[in-house]
Amino acid sequence: MLRFETLSKTYADGTQALSRIEVEVAAGEILALVGGSGCGKTTLLRLIAGLDQPSAGRIVLNGDTIGEPRADVGVIFQEPRLFPWLSVADNIAFGLSHLSAFEREGLVTNALVRVGLAGYEKRWPRELSGGQQQRVAIARALITRPKLLLMDEPFSALDATTRASLHGHLLALWEESRPTVVMVTHDVEEAVTLADRIIVMQPKPGRVFDELDNPLARPRDRLSPAFEALKRDALRTLDRSLRDEAPLQNKAAETAGMWW
Amino acid sequence: MSAVGIDDETAAGPTRPESRKPRRLALAGLLLPVLLAILWEVLVRAGIANGRLMPPPSVVGKTLWGLAASGELLTHAFATLWRVAAGFGLGAGVGTLLGALTGALPVARGLLDPTLQALRSIPSIAWVPLFILWFGIFEASKVALIAVGVFFPVYLGVAAAILGIDRKIIEVGRVFRLGRVAMVRRVLLPAILPAWFTALRSGLGLGFMFVVAAEIMGASEGLGYLLVDGQQLGRPDTIIAAIISFAVLGKLADALLLALTRPFLAWQDLGRAKL
Repeated sequence: MLRFETLSKTYADGTQALSRIEVEVAAGEILALVGGSGCGKTTLLRLIAGLDQPSAGRIVLNGDTIGEPRADVGVIFQEPRLFPWLSVADNIAFGLSHLSAFEREGLVTNALVRVGLAGYEKRWPRELSGGQQQRVAIARALITRPKLLLMDEPFSALDATTRASLHGHLLALWEESRPTVVMVTHDVEEAVTLADRIIVMQPKPGRVFDELDNPLARPRDRLSPAFEALKRDALRTLDRSLRDEAPLQNKAAETAGMWW
Repeated sequence: MSAVGIDDETAAGPTRPESRKPRRLALAGLLLPVLLAILWEVLVRAGIANGRLMPPPSVVGKTLWGLAASGELLTHAFATLWRVAAGFGLGAGVGTLLGALTGALPVARGLLDPTLQALRSIPSIAWVPLFILWFGIFEASKVALIAVGVFFPVYLGVAAAILGIDRKIIEVGRVFRLGRVAMVRRVLLPAILPAWFTALRSGLGLGFMFVVAAEIMGASEGLGYLLVDGQQLGRPDTIIAAIISFAVLGKLADALLLALTRPFLAWQDLGRAKL
Protein backbone atom coordinates (compact mmCIF):
# COMPACT_ATOMS: atom_id res chain seq x y z
CA MET A 1 0.00 0.00 0.00
CA LEU A 2 2.74 2.39 1.05
CA ARG A 3 6.33 1.89 -0.01
CA PHE A 4 9.55 3.85 0.55
CA GLU A 5 12.06 3.29 -2.24
CA THR A 6 15.69 4.18 -1.40
CA LEU A 7 14.31 7.27 0.26
CA SER A 8 16.87 9.91 1.22
CA LYS A 9 16.55 13.45 2.50
CA THR A 10 19.40 15.90 2.81
CA TYR A 11 18.61 19.39 4.08
CA ALA A 12 20.01 22.54 2.53
CA ASP A 13 22.57 22.84 5.33
CA GLY A 14 24.00 19.43 4.43
CA THR A 15 22.39 17.49 7.29
CA GLN A 16 21.55 14.05 6.04
CA ALA A 17 18.24 13.38 7.76
CA LEU A 18 17.37 10.14 5.99
CA SER A 19 19.50 7.70 4.07
CA ARG A 20 18.16 5.02 1.75
CA ILE A 21 15.06 3.99 3.64
CA GLU A 22 13.36 0.88 2.26
CA VAL A 23 10.11 -0.06 4.00
CA GLU A 24 6.82 -1.44 2.85
CA VAL A 25 3.60 -0.91 4.81
CA ALA A 26 0.56 -3.11 4.28
CA ALA A 27 -2.96 -1.71 4.00
CA GLY A 28 -4.57 -1.40 7.42
CA GLU A 29 -1.28 -1.85 9.23
CA ILE A 30 -0.31 0.35 12.15
CA LEU A 31 3.39 1.07 11.92
CA ALA A 32 5.30 2.80 14.70
CA LEU A 33 8.59 4.59 14.12
CA VAL A 34 10.74 4.88 17.22
CA GLY A 35 14.29 6.04 17.67
CA GLY A 36 16.56 8.54 19.37
CA SER A 37 16.32 12.23 18.60
CA GLY A 38 17.60 13.28 15.21
CA CYS A 39 16.98 9.90 13.59
CA GLY A 40 14.70 11.41 10.97
CA LYS A 41 11.36 10.05 12.20
CA THR A 42 9.56 13.35 11.83
CA THR A 43 11.33 14.09 8.54
CA LEU A 44 10.08 10.77 7.21
CA LEU A 45 6.55 11.60 8.28
CA ARG A 46 6.72 15.03 6.63
CA LEU A 47 7.85 13.43 3.41
CA ILE A 48 4.92 11.01 3.47
CA ALA A 49 2.56 13.91 4.18
CA GLY A 50 3.93 15.68 1.11
CA LEU A 51 4.98 18.69 3.20
CA ASP A 52 8.65 18.23 2.20
CA GLN A 53 10.25 16.67 -0.86
CA PRO A 54 12.73 13.78 -0.74
CA SER A 55 16.24 14.42 -2.07
CA ALA A 56 16.40 10.97 -3.63
CA GLY A 57 14.16 7.96 -3.91
CA ARG A 58 10.40 8.14 -3.70
CA ILE A 59 7.34 7.28 -1.65
CA VAL A 60 4.69 5.29 -3.44
CA LEU A 61 1.12 5.22 -2.16
CA ASN A 62 -1.19 2.85 -4.03
CA GLY A 63 0.93 3.20 -7.14
CA ASP A 64 1.25 7.04 -7.05
CA THR A 65 4.41 8.86 -6.13
CA ILE A 66 3.70 11.30 -3.28
CA GLY A 67 4.83 14.84 -4.06
CA GLU A 68 2.29 17.02 -2.29
CA PRO A 69 -0.41 16.70 0.38
CA ARG A 70 -3.19 14.36 -0.70
CA ALA A 71 -6.86 14.16 0.12
CA ASP A 72 -6.62 10.53 1.23
CA VAL A 73 -3.80 11.20 3.71
CA GLY A 74 -4.65 12.60 7.13
CA VAL A 75 -2.11 14.13 9.50
CA ILE A 76 -2.18 14.53 13.27
CA PHE A 77 0.63 16.70 14.54
CA GLN A 78 2.45 16.71 17.83
CA GLU A 79 0.45 19.79 18.85
CA PRO A 80 -3.31 19.99 18.22
CA ARG A 81 -2.78 22.89 15.77
CA LEU A 82 -6.43 23.86 15.89
CA PHE A 83 -7.50 27.12 14.30
CA PRO A 84 -8.17 29.32 17.32
CA TRP A 85 -10.72 31.43 15.42
CA LEU A 86 -12.92 28.45 14.56
CA SER A 87 -15.29 26.70 16.93
CA VAL A 88 -14.69 23.05 17.71
CA ALA A 89 -17.29 22.03 15.12
CA ASP A 90 -15.78 24.26 12.41
CA ASN A 91 -12.30 22.98 13.20
CA ILE A 92 -13.41 19.40 12.76
CA ALA A 93 -15.25 20.26 9.55
CA PHE A 94 -12.26 22.14 8.12
CA GLY A 95 -11.56 19.51 5.48
CA LEU A 96 -15.22 19.09 4.57
CA SER A 97 -15.87 22.39 2.79
CA HIS A 98 -16.99 20.51 -0.31
CA LEU A 99 -20.00 19.10 1.56
CA SER A 100 -23.29 20.83 2.33
CA ALA A 101 -23.77 22.36 5.77
CA PHE A 102 -26.29 19.68 6.59
CA GLU A 103 -23.95 16.81 5.73
CA ARG A 104 -21.11 18.48 7.61
CA GLU A 105 -23.20 18.87 10.72
CA GLY A 106 -24.13 15.20 10.75
CA LEU A 107 -20.55 14.07 10.33
CA VAL A 108 -19.23 16.48 12.96
CA THR A 109 -21.82 15.48 15.54
CA ASN A 110 -20.96 11.85 14.94
CA ALA A 111 -17.21 12.51 15.15
CA LEU A 112 -17.60 14.44 18.40
CA VAL A 113 -19.43 11.52 19.96
CA ARG A 114 -16.63 9.21 18.87
CA VAL A 115 -13.96 11.26 20.59
CA GLY A 116 -16.10 11.78 23.67
CA LEU A 117 -16.74 15.49 23.14
CA ALA A 118 -20.46 15.48 22.35
CA GLY A 119 -21.97 18.89 23.08
CA TYR A 120 -18.68 20.76 22.59
CA GLU A 121 -19.60 21.97 19.06
CA LYS A 122 -19.78 25.67 19.90
CA ARG A 123 -16.74 25.86 22.19
CA TRP A 124 -13.57 27.71 21.25
CA PRO A 125 -10.34 25.69 21.21
CA ARG A 126 -8.97 27.82 24.07
CA GLU A 127 -11.74 26.55 26.31
CA LEU A 128 -10.56 22.95 25.97
CA SER A 129 -7.82 21.14 27.83
CA GLY A 130 -4.78 19.88 25.95
CA GLY A 131 -6.18 16.36 25.76
CA GLN A 132 -9.55 17.59 24.51
CA GLN A 133 -7.84 19.74 21.87
CA GLN A 134 -5.85 16.75 20.65
CA ARG A 135 -9.06 14.76 20.44
CA VAL A 136 -10.53 17.48 18.23
CA ALA A 137 -7.40 17.25 16.07
CA ILE A 138 -7.86 13.48 15.80
CA ALA A 139 -11.48 13.95 14.78
CA ARG A 140 -10.46 16.61 12.23
CA ALA A 141 -7.95 14.25 10.64
CA LEU A 142 -10.22 11.19 10.63
CA ILE A 143 -13.48 12.81 9.51
CA THR A 144 -12.31 12.88 5.89
CA ARG A 145 -11.83 9.10 6.12
CA PRO A 146 -8.20 9.05 5.00
CA LYS A 147 -6.73 5.82 3.70
CA LEU A 148 -3.45 6.71 5.35
CA LEU A 149 -3.15 8.41 8.71
CA LEU A 150 0.12 10.00 9.82
CA MET A 151 0.75 10.86 13.46
CA ASP A 152 3.78 12.72 14.77
CA GLU A 153 4.07 11.99 18.50
CA PRO A 154 0.44 13.00 18.88
CA PHE A 155 0.18 12.16 22.57
CA SER A 156 3.62 13.15 23.78
CA ALA A 157 2.49 16.36 25.48
CA LEU A 158 -0.22 14.65 27.51
CA ASP A 159 -0.23 12.98 30.89
CA ALA A 160 -0.27 9.18 31.12
CA THR A 161 -3.98 8.84 31.94
CA THR A 162 -5.10 11.09 29.11
CA ARG A 163 -2.73 9.31 26.79
CA ALA A 164 -4.15 5.89 27.64
CA SER A 165 -7.72 7.05 27.09
CA LEU A 166 -6.75 8.66 23.77
CA HIS A 167 -5.16 5.39 22.68
CA GLY A 168 -8.56 3.81 23.24
CA HIS A 169 -10.36 6.55 21.28
CA LEU A 170 -7.88 6.26 18.45
CA LEU A 171 -8.15 2.50 18.17
CA ALA A 172 -11.96 2.70 18.24
CA LEU A 173 -11.88 5.20 15.38
CA TRP A 174 -9.30 3.13 13.53
CA GLU A 175 -11.49 0.02 13.80
CA GLU A 176 -14.23 1.81 11.83
CA SER A 177 -12.42 2.26 8.55
CA ARG A 178 -9.08 0.58 9.22
CA PRO A 179 -6.80 3.13 7.60
CA THR A 180 -3.10 2.44 7.32
CA VAL A 181 -1.36 4.30 10.14
CA VAL A 182 2.24 5.49 10.35
CA MET A 183 3.03 6.99 13.73
CA VAL A 184 6.13 8.51 15.19
CA THR A 185 6.64 8.10 18.91
CA HIS A 186 9.40 8.17 21.46
CA ASP A 187 7.32 6.16 23.87
CA VAL A 188 8.03 2.44 23.46
CA GLU A 189 5.00 1.46 25.51
CA GLU A 190 2.80 3.50 23.20
CA ALA A 191 4.33 1.75 20.19
CA VAL A 192 3.73 -1.68 21.71
CA THR A 193 0.16 -0.70 22.65
CA LEU A 194 -0.84 0.51 19.21
CA ALA A 195 1.41 -0.85 16.49
CA ASP A 196 1.45 -4.03 14.44
CA ARG A 197 5.07 -3.41 13.64
CA ILE A 198 7.73 -1.25 15.24
CA ILE A 199 10.59 0.17 13.22
CA VAL A 200 13.56 1.32 15.23
CA MET A 201 15.56 4.06 13.53
CA GLN A 202 19.09 5.25 14.07
CA PRO A 203 20.48 8.77 13.65
CA LYS A 204 23.30 10.29 11.57
CA PRO A 205 22.18 9.61 8.97
CA GLY A 206 18.62 8.57 9.74
CA ARG A 207 18.15 4.95 8.74
CA VAL A 208 16.29 1.82 9.69
CA PHE A 209 18.08 -0.03 12.48
CA ASP A 210 15.76 -2.94 13.07
CA GLU A 211 12.12 -3.86 13.13
CA LEU A 212 9.93 -5.85 15.48
CA ASP A 213 6.60 -7.49 14.77
CA ASN A 214 3.87 -7.17 17.34
CA PRO A 215 1.61 -10.22 17.12
CA LEU A 216 -0.40 -9.42 20.29
CA ALA A 217 -4.16 -9.37 19.75
CA ARG A 218 -6.09 -6.17 20.51
CA PRO A 219 -7.16 -5.00 22.98
CA ARG A 220 -3.76 -5.37 24.52
CA ASP A 221 -3.29 -5.83 28.22
CA ARG A 222 -0.41 -3.65 29.30
CA LEU A 223 0.16 -5.80 32.35
CA SER A 224 0.34 -9.14 30.59
CA PRO A 225 3.74 -10.89 30.55
CA ALA A 226 3.70 -11.05 26.77
CA PHE A 227 3.24 -7.27 26.54
CA GLU A 228 5.99 -6.74 29.08
CA ALA A 229 8.33 -9.03 27.18
CA LEU A 230 7.69 -7.28 23.90
CA LYS A 231 8.18 -3.91 25.50
CA ARG A 232 11.47 -5.05 27.00
CA ASP A 233 12.53 -6.37 23.65
CA ALA A 234 11.72 -3.08 21.95
CA LEU A 235 13.53 -1.11 24.64
CA ARG A 236 16.58 -3.31 24.27
CA THR A 237 16.60 -2.77 20.52
CA LEU A 238 16.22 0.96 21.01
CA ASP A 239 19.08 0.93 23.50
CA ARG A 240 21.27 -0.90 21.08
CA SER A 241 20.42 1.54 18.31
CA LEU A 242 21.47 4.42 20.54
CA ARG A 243 24.75 2.74 21.44
CA ASP A 244 25.33 2.05 17.78
CA GLU A 245 25.67 -1.72 18.22
CA ALA A 246 24.63 -4.15 15.54
CA PRO A 247 21.07 -5.44 15.77
CA LEU A 248 20.78 -8.80 17.49
CA GLN A 249 21.06 -11.40 14.74
CA ASN A 250 18.97 -14.12 16.33
CA LYS A 251 16.28 -11.69 17.49
CA ALA A 252 13.75 -12.92 14.98
CA ALA A 253 14.24 -16.50 16.04
CA GLU A 254 14.08 -15.52 19.69
CA THR A 255 10.77 -13.68 19.40
CA ALA A 256 9.44 -16.40 17.16
CA GLY A 257 10.28 -18.89 19.83
CA MET A 258 8.51 -16.80 22.43
CA TRP A 259 5.25 -16.24 20.61
CA TRP A 260 4.74 -19.22 18.41
CA MET B 1 3.35 56.68 21.04
CA SER B 2 0.90 53.83 20.90
CA ALA B 3 -2.69 54.56 21.68
CA VAL B 4 -3.23 51.06 22.97
CA GLY B 5 -3.45 51.14 26.72
CA ILE B 6 -1.25 49.22 29.08
CA ASP B 7 -4.36 47.30 30.05
CA ASP B 8 -4.02 45.32 26.82
CA GLU B 9 -0.83 43.70 27.97
CA THR B 10 -1.79 43.10 31.54
CA ALA B 11 -5.20 41.78 30.57
CA ALA B 12 -3.62 39.00 28.55
CA GLY B 13 -3.01 37.07 31.74
CA PRO B 14 -5.09 34.03 32.59
CA THR B 15 -7.24 35.79 35.20
CA ARG B 16 -10.71 35.63 33.71
CA PRO B 17 -13.18 34.92 36.47
CA GLU B 18 -12.34 38.00 38.53
CA SER B 19 -13.93 40.51 36.21
CA ARG B 20 -15.28 42.63 39.06
CA LYS B 21 -11.95 43.51 40.57
CA PRO B 22 -10.60 45.59 37.65
CA ARG B 23 -13.81 47.62 37.53
CA ARG B 24 -13.44 48.52 41.18
CA LEU B 25 -9.82 49.43 40.45
CA ALA B 26 -10.93 51.61 37.52
CA LEU B 27 -13.13 53.54 39.93
CA ALA B 28 -10.18 53.84 42.27
CA GLY B 29 -8.30 55.42 39.39
CA LEU B 30 -10.83 58.27 39.37
CA LEU B 31 -10.09 59.11 42.97
CA LEU B 32 -6.86 61.03 42.42
CA PRO B 33 -8.01 63.33 39.57
CA VAL B 34 -11.33 64.10 41.29
CA LEU B 35 -9.61 64.89 44.58
CA LEU B 36 -7.08 67.14 42.83
CA ALA B 37 -9.88 68.95 40.98
CA ILE B 38 -11.80 69.55 44.21
CA LEU B 39 -8.63 70.68 45.96
CA TRP B 40 -7.84 73.15 43.18
CA GLU B 41 -11.39 74.50 43.18
CA VAL B 42 -11.26 75.03 46.92
CA LEU B 43 -7.83 76.67 46.81
CA VAL B 44 -8.85 79.10 44.07
CA ARG B 45 -12.17 79.98 45.75
CA ALA B 46 -10.42 80.57 49.07
CA GLY B 47 -8.11 82.99 47.28
CA ILE B 48 -5.04 80.96 48.26
CA ALA B 49 -4.20 80.07 44.65
CA ASN B 50 -4.44 82.24 41.59
CA GLY B 51 -6.80 80.69 39.02
CA ARG B 52 -5.79 82.88 36.10
CA LEU B 53 -3.29 80.55 34.39
CA MET B 54 -4.84 77.34 35.69
CA PRO B 55 -8.57 77.96 35.89
CA PRO B 56 -10.52 75.87 38.41
CA PRO B 57 -12.85 73.09 37.19
CA SER B 58 -15.96 75.24 37.55
CA VAL B 59 -14.61 77.86 35.11
CA VAL B 60 -13.49 75.22 32.60
CA GLY B 61 -16.86 73.55 32.89
CA LYS B 62 -18.64 76.83 32.29
CA THR B 63 -16.52 77.54 29.19
CA LEU B 64 -17.12 74.05 27.89
CA TRP B 65 -20.83 74.42 28.43
CA GLY B 66 -20.82 77.78 26.70
CA LEU B 67 -18.99 76.38 23.69
CA ALA B 68 -21.38 73.45 23.54
CA ALA B 69 -24.49 75.58 23.90
CA SER B 70 -23.47 77.97 21.11
CA GLY B 71 -22.90 75.01 18.80
CA GLU B 72 -19.28 76.11 18.40
CA LEU B 73 -17.93 72.97 20.06
CA LEU B 74 -19.87 70.77 17.70
CA THR B 75 -18.53 72.61 14.64
CA HIS B 76 -14.94 72.32 15.86
CA ALA B 77 -15.32 68.71 16.91
CA PHE B 78 -16.90 67.82 13.60
CA ALA B 79 -14.09 69.49 11.63
CA THR B 80 -11.49 67.62 13.65
CA LEU B 81 -13.29 64.29 13.38
CA TRP B 82 -13.70 64.68 9.65
CA ARG B 83 -9.96 65.26 9.21
CA VAL B 84 -9.05 62.30 11.40
CA ALA B 85 -11.53 60.06 9.59
CA ALA B 86 -10.24 61.04 6.15
CA GLY B 87 -6.58 60.77 7.16
CA PHE B 88 -7.15 57.53 9.03
CA GLY B 89 -9.02 55.98 6.12
CA LEU B 90 -6.28 56.95 3.71
CA GLY B 91 -3.34 56.02 5.93
CA ALA B 92 -4.86 52.78 7.19
CA GLY B 93 -5.90 51.72 3.70
CA VAL B 94 -2.51 52.31 2.11
CA GLY B 95 -0.71 50.98 5.19
CA THR B 96 -2.70 47.76 5.13
CA LEU B 97 -2.13 47.32 1.40
CA LEU B 98 1.62 47.90 1.49
CA GLY B 99 1.99 45.99 4.75
CA ALA B 100 0.25 42.99 3.20
CA LEU B 101 2.40 43.29 0.11
CA THR B 102 5.75 43.44 1.91
CA GLY B 103 4.66 40.84 4.44
CA ALA B 104 3.56 38.33 1.84
CA LEU B 105 6.04 38.85 -1.00
CA PRO B 106 9.78 38.79 -0.32
CA VAL B 107 10.32 40.72 -3.56
CA ALA B 108 8.08 43.55 -2.43
CA ARG B 109 9.77 43.48 0.97
CA GLY B 110 13.19 43.85 -0.61
CA LEU B 111 12.04 46.66 -2.87
CA LEU B 112 9.80 48.69 -0.58
CA ASP B 113 10.66 48.08 3.02
CA PRO B 114 14.07 49.82 3.17
CA THR B 115 12.63 52.99 1.64
CA LEU B 116 9.59 52.98 3.90
CA GLN B 117 11.75 52.37 6.96
CA ALA B 118 13.93 55.32 5.94
CA LEU B 119 10.87 57.54 5.50
CA ARG B 120 9.62 56.38 8.89
CA SER B 121 12.63 57.86 10.62
CA ILE B 122 11.65 61.34 9.41
CA PRO B 123 9.65 63.10 12.14
CA SER B 124 6.26 63.41 10.47
CA ILE B 125 5.86 67.08 11.40
CA ALA B 126 8.84 67.79 9.16
CA TRP B 127 6.60 67.11 6.19
CA VAL B 128 4.31 70.02 7.01
CA PRO B 129 6.05 72.77 4.99
CA LEU B 130 6.31 70.49 1.99
CA PHE B 131 2.70 69.36 2.27
CA ILE B 132 1.53 72.96 2.49
CA LEU B 133 3.48 73.77 -0.69
CA TRP B 134 2.10 70.71 -2.42
CA PHE B 135 -1.48 70.56 -1.19
CA GLY B 136 -2.20 74.13 -0.11
CA ILE B 137 -3.07 75.40 3.33
CA PHE B 138 -6.55 73.91 3.49
CA GLU B 139 -7.85 70.42 4.15
CA ALA B 140 -5.67 68.37 1.78
CA SER B 141 -2.38 69.10 3.52
CA LYS B 142 -3.87 68.34 6.95
CA VAL B 143 -5.40 65.06 5.81
CA ALA B 144 -2.09 64.12 4.17
CA LEU B 145 -0.17 64.75 7.40
CA ILE B 146 -2.62 62.65 9.42
CA ALA B 147 -2.48 59.89 6.81
CA VAL B 148 1.32 59.79 7.10
CA GLY B 149 1.00 59.48 10.86
CA VAL B 150 -1.53 56.68 10.61
CA PHE B 151 0.30 54.88 7.81
CA PHE B 152 3.40 53.73 9.64
CA PRO B 153 1.98 51.87 12.64
CA VAL B 154 -0.57 50.17 10.38
CA TYR B 155 2.06 49.27 7.78
CA LEU B 156 4.46 47.89 10.38
CA GLY B 157 1.71 46.05 12.24
CA VAL B 158 0.32 44.32 9.17
CA ALA B 159 3.73 43.39 7.75
CA ALA B 160 4.90 42.01 11.09
CA ALA B 161 1.64 40.12 11.58
CA ILE B 162 1.97 38.40 8.22
CA LEU B 163 5.61 37.54 8.81
CA GLY B 164 4.69 36.24 12.25
CA ILE B 165 1.95 33.83 11.18
CA ASP B 166 2.67 30.46 12.72
CA ARG B 167 4.19 28.14 10.11
CA LYS B 168 2.53 25.25 11.90
CA ILE B 169 -0.95 26.49 11.25
CA ILE B 170 -0.13 27.16 7.58
CA GLU B 171 0.96 23.54 7.35
CA VAL B 172 -2.47 22.41 8.49
CA GLY B 173 -3.87 24.43 5.60
CA ARG B 174 -1.42 22.69 3.25
CA VAL B 175 -2.38 19.26 4.59
CA PHE B 176 -5.99 20.11 3.74
CA ARG B 177 -4.77 21.17 0.29
CA LEU B 178 -6.06 24.74 0.37
CA GLY B 179 -5.43 26.73 -2.79
CA ARG B 180 -3.91 30.20 -2.69
CA VAL B 181 -7.19 32.06 -2.31
CA ALA B 182 -8.60 29.61 0.22
CA MET B 183 -5.35 29.77 2.21
CA VAL B 184 -5.61 33.56 2.44
CA ARG B 185 -9.30 33.56 3.26
CA ARG B 186 -9.45 30.65 5.67
CA VAL B 187 -6.04 30.77 7.37
CA LEU B 188 -3.93 33.87 6.77
CA LEU B 189 -6.61 36.55 7.11
CA PRO B 190 -8.10 35.25 10.37
CA ALA B 191 -4.60 34.73 11.72
CA ILE B 192 -3.56 38.37 11.27
CA LEU B 193 -6.89 39.88 12.28
CA PRO B 194 -6.00 40.59 15.95
CA ALA B 195 -2.67 42.20 15.04
CA TRP B 196 -4.32 44.21 12.28
CA PHE B 197 -6.95 45.58 14.66
CA THR B 198 -4.27 46.49 17.19
CA ALA B 199 -2.32 48.25 14.44
CA LEU B 200 -5.46 50.18 13.45
CA ARG B 201 -5.92 51.29 17.05
CA SER B 202 -2.33 52.52 17.26
CA GLY B 203 -2.87 54.28 13.95
CA LEU B 204 -6.03 55.95 15.17
CA GLY B 205 -4.22 57.19 18.27
CA LEU B 206 -1.51 58.72 16.12
CA GLY B 207 -4.19 60.21 13.87
CA PHE B 208 -5.47 62.22 16.83
CA MET B 209 -1.92 63.30 17.65
CA PHE B 210 -1.32 64.57 14.17
CA VAL B 211 -4.63 66.33 13.80
CA VAL B 212 -3.60 68.56 16.69
CA ALA B 213 -0.31 69.33 14.97
CA ALA B 214 -2.06 70.01 11.68
CA GLU B 215 -4.65 72.29 13.22
CA ILE B 216 -2.17 74.24 15.33
CA MET B 217 -0.24 74.86 12.13
CA GLY B 218 -3.12 76.84 10.74
CA ALA B 219 -6.83 76.23 10.66
CA SER B 220 -9.99 78.26 10.92
CA GLU B 221 -11.91 75.57 12.73
CA GLY B 222 -11.30 72.38 14.65
CA LEU B 223 -10.35 71.65 18.23
CA GLY B 224 -6.71 72.41 17.44
CA TYR B 225 -7.77 75.87 16.29
CA LEU B 226 -9.55 76.27 19.61
CA LEU B 227 -6.22 75.60 21.36
CA VAL B 228 -4.44 78.33 19.39
CA ASP B 229 -7.37 80.66 19.81
CA GLY B 230 -7.29 80.18 23.56
CA GLN B 231 -3.58 80.90 23.63
CA GLN B 232 -3.86 84.07 21.55
CA LEU B 233 -6.79 85.42 23.56
CA GLY B 234 -5.15 84.46 26.85
CA ARG B 235 -7.97 82.08 27.71
CA PRO B 236 -6.51 79.00 29.43
CA ASP B 237 -10.04 77.79 30.15
CA THR B 238 -10.67 77.49 26.38
CA ILE B 239 -7.42 75.58 25.96
CA ILE B 240 -8.31 73.14 28.71
CA ALA B 241 -11.81 72.76 27.32
CA ALA B 242 -10.30 71.85 23.94
CA ILE B 243 -7.87 69.41 25.56
CA ILE B 244 -10.73 67.71 27.39
CA SER B 245 -12.70 67.51 24.14
CA PHE B 246 -9.72 65.89 22.44
CA ALA B 247 -9.47 63.32 25.20
CA VAL B 248 -13.17 62.50 25.03
CA LEU B 249 -13.22 62.27 21.22
CA GLY B 250 -10.09 60.12 21.11
CA LYS B 251 -11.42 57.76 23.72
CA LEU B 252 -14.80 57.54 21.99
CA ALA B 253 -13.23 56.85 18.59
CA ASP B 254 -11.03 54.15 20.13
CA ALA B 255 -14.01 52.60 21.89
CA LEU B 256 -15.96 52.64 18.62
CA LEU B 257 -13.15 50.89 16.78
CA LEU B 258 -12.89 48.36 19.59
CA ALA B 259 -16.63 47.73 19.56
CA LEU B 260 -16.62 47.27 15.78
CA THR B 261 -13.74 44.78 15.86
CA ARG B 262 -14.63 42.88 19.01
CA PRO B 263 -17.17 40.50 17.43
CA PHE B 264 -14.42 39.20 15.15
CA LEU B 265 -12.14 38.42 18.05
CA ALA B 266 -14.49 36.51 20.32
CA TRP B 267 -12.24 33.47 19.98
CA GLN B 268 -9.23 35.21 21.47
CA ASP B 269 -7.74 34.04 24.70
CA LEU B 270 -7.54 37.56 26.10
CA GLY B 271 -9.20 39.67 28.72
CA ARG B 272 -10.28 42.11 26.00
CA ALA B 273 -13.82 42.08 27.32
CA LYS B 274 -12.65 44.11 30.29
CA LEU B 275 -11.61 47.15 28.27
